[in-house]
Amino acid sequence: MSTFHLEVRVKPRPGLLDPQGKAVHHALNSLGWEGVEDVRVGKAIYIDLVADSEAAALEAADVMCRKLLANPVTEDYEVSVVGSVEGASA
Amino acid sequence: MKVAVVTFPGSNCDYDLYKAAQQVGADATFMWHRERGLDGYDAVLLPGGFSYGDYLRAGAIARMSPIMEDVVAFAGAGGPVLGICNGFQILCEAGLLPGALMRNDRLKFASHDVRLRVERTDTVFTSAYDEGQVLRVPIAHGEGNFEADTATLERLEGDGRVVFRYVTRDGEPAAESNPNGSWHNIAGITNESGNVLGMMPHPERAMEEILGSTDGVGVFASLAASLSAVSS
Repeated sequence: MSTFHLEVRVKPRPGLLDPQGKAVHHALNSLGWEGVEDVRVGKAIYIDLVADSEAAALEAADVMCRKLLANPVTEDYEVSVVGSVEGASA
Repeated sequence: MKVAVVTFPGSNCDYDLYKAAQQVGADATFMWHRERGLDGYDAVLLPGGFSYGDYLRAGAIARMSPIMEDVVAFAGAGGPVLGICNGFQILCEAGLLPGALMRNDRLKFASHDVRLRVERTDTVFTSAYDEGQVLRVPIAHGEGNFEADTATLERLEGDGRVVFRYVTRDGEPAAESNPNGSWHNIAGITNESGNVLGMMPHPERAMEEILGSTDGVGVFASLAASLSAVSS
């Protein structure tokens, strides 16, 4: 068993109005960043998970996303393993 | 008529709902979200508020509460379920109603009276109203922007499952009468069988003249009438 450090990124689905992203976009423009063409605001969730393998950890995280962490109606998600510690006890 | 008012940590309209149910003669009971068992109840009401501080997404954690398993079964068996504001968000997260309530398009918490048009009067929650009747009811939410995929939205309209719409004083669903950016000015929808209603506005806050409007009474009077019709 190892402990896997997972990063889950949840973001608004393309095409959906993201008023928060729009507000940040305008703020960046008014700071002088005229090249900013689009901003979308999502969230990142960091999970430490004990699992047999990286594949098992990713599979579990996928279920977590579908059941709780992301709303499929409005959000997309991506999961990546950002680190791991071997030999953790469950 | 026995009505359960489910209280989640962070609910804040539970007493208003309780009082509204009593006002139409219901025997109302508070039910903590960890309790189980809805046997013997005739209707379930999910109140507004900020369950679990709206963490993750409004309603996302509350729908994992033990009682929600019973609410899903109760609704599946045809029992009337009404979710108001955060209650509506919880019903969507629980999959009892389609779609999701997103951040208001203006990014501001909206707290003021709105005009609602009654689109359906053949539900257990709206039979006391006239079709097309315009109600004055308050809203108080930051995430009430109703959204769903195109197929779902078309189905909702096609099947006539939009129960309330934000309108002008004249009853027109105009852009300026839409407080949060909801698609087609949707304020409340029902499930396919019509026994589950979710709405962002607060009829339980429009129950007495002293509150500025009594237009919300119809929601609870409709429920009381339909339940007494069933039991008699």
